[in-house]
Amino acid sequence: MAHAADAAHADHHDHLPSFWRRWFYSTNHKDIGTLYLIFGFTAGIVGGLLSIGMRLELQEPGLQFFSNPQAFNVFVTGHGLIMVFFMVMPTLIGGFGNWFIPIMIGAPDMAFPRMNNISFWLTVSAFCLMLCSLFVEGAPGSLGFGGGWTVYPPLSVTGHPGPALDFGILALHLAGAASILGAINFITTILNMRAPGMTLHKMPLFAWAMLVTAFLLLLSLPVLAGAITMLLTDRNFGTTFFEPSGGGDPVLYQHLFWFFGHPEVYIMILPAFGIVSHIISTFSKKPIFGYLGMAYAMVAIGVVGFVVWAHHMYTVGLSLQTQAYFVFATMVIAVPTGVKIFSWIATMWGGSIRFTAAMQWAVGFVFLFTVGGVTGVVLANAPVDRYMHDTYYVVAHFHYVLSLGAVFVIFAGIYYWFPKITGYVMPEWIGQLHFWVAFIGANVLFFPMHFLGLSGMPRRYADYPDAFAGWNLVSSIGSYIFFAGLFIFMFGVVYAFIRKERAADNPWGEGATTLEWTLSSPPPYHQFETLPRVVDTGH
Amino acid sequence: MADTTNLQRKMHRTAFACVGIVVGMVGLAYASVPLYDLFCKVTGFGGTPIVRDANGSEIMDRTIAIRFDSNVAPGLNWRFAPEKPEVTVRLGETATVYYKVTNTGDKPSTGIATYNVQPDLAGTYFSKLECFCFTEQTLQPGETLESAVVFYVDPRLVEDGDVKDLTSLTLSYTYFPSKGGKPVAEVTSSTKPIAQ
Repeated sequence: MAHAADAAHADHHDHLPSFWRRWFYSTNHKDIGTLYLIFGFTAGIVGGLLSIGMRLELQEPGLQFFSNPQAFNVFVTGHGLIMVFFMVMPTLIGGFGNWFIPIMIGAPDMAFPRMNNISFWLTVSAFCLMLCSLFVEGAPGSLGFGGGWTVYPPLSVTGHPGPALDFGILALHLAGAASILGAINFITTILNMRAPGMTLHKMPLFAWAMLVTAFLLLLSLPVLAGAITMLLTDRNFGTTFFEPSGGGDPVLYQHLFWFFGHPEVYIMILPAFGIVSHIISTFSKKPIFGYLGMAYAMVAIGVVGFVVWAHHMYTVGLSLQTQAYFVFATMVIAVPTGVKIFSWIATMWGGSIRFTAAMQWAVGFVFLFTVGGVTGVVLANAPVDRYMHDTYYVVAHFHYVLSLGAVFVIFAGIYYWFPKITGYVMPEWIGQLHFWVAFIGANVLFFPMHFLGLSGMPRRYADYPDAFAGWNLVSSIGSYIFFAGLFIFMFGVVYAFIRKERAADNPWGEGATTLEWTLSSPPPYHQFETLPRVVDTGH
Repeated sequence: MADTTNLQRKMHRTAFACVGIVVGMVGLAYASVPLYDLFCKVTGFGGTPIVRDANGSEIMDRTIAIRFDSNVAPGLNWRFAPEKPEVTVRLGETATVYYKVTNTGDKPSTGIATYNVQPDLAGTYFSKLECFCFTEQTLQPGETLESAVVFYVDPRLVEDGDVKDLTSLTLSYTYFPSKGGKPVAEVTSSTKPIAQ
C-alpha cells in the first residue's frame, strides 16, 4: 500500500496550483478544511449578528427595533438554521474533520477528493439560498420565514404562502446533500484508508467521533430530506401529507423532523467530544482514560439517540406509556455521556496539566456541557416538560450544550490546531483572554434564561411582560460581552499572521501523540507519501 | 498496482453501501406516511376513531357523555351543526346522530370533512359504524344535507388505565374547502397580512 500511494502522488509532489485552481477547484483535504473553517466562521458571524438583533430587542420590554414582530421571528428562525447547518456542522465536520481525519489515520487524502469539493460548494450554495430566503416574502406582507427552525406545519404550509420557505427548504436540501456526500466520504476514508497497523481499536478518538457522526448523518438526514420534500409538495403541488383537510396529520411531521432532529444534536456534539478528548489528553500528558469506553460511549450515544425523538413532543398527546418510554430512553443517554465526562476528569486526574488556551476552552466545555446535560435530564421528565415546554428554560438548556458546548470546542480546536494549520504561533494570552471573556459572557447570557424559563417566559416572542425585564437585560449584556470576545479572536488570528512566529512541528510536547504532530507545521501539501506504520497503542 | 485497484474496489463498495442506506432511509421516510396512517387507524392513536363493520360488544350500565363539535374552515360559506350538542350513551350501545350542513353562499361549493376525537387517547374506543368523511360533498346554494354518524363506545374503555375515569368525550368534525389538488398556499393566499 505504501508503494501504491507513492506512485499515485509522486508526479505532483509539492507543486502548488494557482490561486484560483487551489481554492476554487480544490480537491486537497487540507485546503477544503480551511475553506470550511472560513465559511463556518463567516456564517457564524451572520448567525451571531441575528442573535444580537434578538437580544437588542429583548433587552427591554416593548418593541424597540422590530416594528413588525414577524421580522423578529424571522431572525429567530434564521439564527437557528444558520448556526446548526452553516456554522457548527461545517466547522466541526467539514473543517476539523477534513483537516485532521486523513492525517490522524495516516491517509494521504480523503477517499473521494472531488466529491469533497462538491460537498463544500453545495454548502456555500445552500447558504446563499438561505440568505435569499430572508429577503423574499414569507408570511403575507412580511419578508422571510418566521416559523422556527423546526418548520412545523400547519404554520409552514398555510401560514407562509410566499416563496421564503421554499428557498429555505431548497437550502436545507442542498446542505443535506452536501452533508450526506461528506458522510459517505468520511465513512469510506475511515473504513478503508487507515495506515497499516492502525486497527479500529487503535484509531484516535476524533476519528471514532467522526465515524459515528457520519453514520448518524447517513441515517437521519434522508428522513429530514423526505419530510421537507413532503412540506414542499404540500405547499406547491397540492399533496396533503400534513394537511388535515386531505387526511394528513401535522404531528407526523413532528415525528419525522425529530427522528432527524434528535440525532442531529449528537451530530453537532460528537465531533466536539472527539476533539476535547485529544486536547485534554495532550495537556494532561496522559493517554485518554478508558479509551475503549470512550469510543463505545459515542457509539452508544449514537444508537440510543435514534430512539428518543419524541421527548421533543411530550405535549402533542402521547399516551402515558409512550411518554414513560421516552422519559426512560432519554435518561439512558445520560449513562454513556456520564462515562465520557468522568473519563475526561479521570484523564486529568494526576496528570501534569498545562492550562494553555486550548485546555482552558476544553475544561470550560466539560463544565458547561455538564450544566447543559443536567438541565437536559430535568427536561427529559415528561411532567416537568409540560411546564417548561417552549420556555426559555429549553433555550438555556440547548445553548449550554451547543453554544457553550460545541462552540467552545470549536475555539478549543482552533487554539489547539492553529499552529498546525497555519504554521504560526498565536500568543497564549490571546486565547486565554478570549476564553475568559467568552466564559463570562456566555454564562451571563444564558444562565438567567433558566430563571426566565422557570417563571414562564415563552420562546419566540419579540415582547414580554414587564415582570421578565431584569434578567432579560442581564442576558442581553452577556450577549454583547460574548460577541466582543470574537474581536479578540479575530485580532489574534491577524496578529499571528503579522508576527509570523514559526511553530514547531509539535508545539505541545510529549502529550500530543496523534499523527498530525509528526508532520511539519503546516503539513506538506501532500502528506504520507510513505504510509506511516502504527506499532504502538498511542491514541 | 493490484493494491490500488483492490483498495478502489473496497472504497466503491463502501460508498455504494452508504448510498444504499441513504436511499433506504428516504424510502422509509415516505413509507412512514401510509404506515403512520395505518397505525393511527388500527390503534386510534392521536384521536383517530376506529371504523368498524358491526357492534359486537355487550352493553354496560356505565354511561358516557358524547359531545359533538362542528367547524367550517375559512373559505367555505357553509353552516354546519349537529342536531343536538350532546348525547349520553351507555358503553357498547349503538347510537345515531345527525349533522346538518347548509350552503349559505350564493355559489355551489365543494367541501370535504375530517374528524377527530378528544381526548386523543379515547380515539381507540370511539368506534364508528357509519360516517361521512373524506368524501367530497358539493352543495348548491341553499341546499341542505343531513349526514348520519352511527357509533358506539367500546366497553373496553373501562379496562384502560389512561381513560377509564372519563365521563365525556368529544367528536369533532371539520369541513374544509375541497382544494381539488390545488396547492395549499394558493387556497390560503387570501388570508390577511399579519404585519401591523
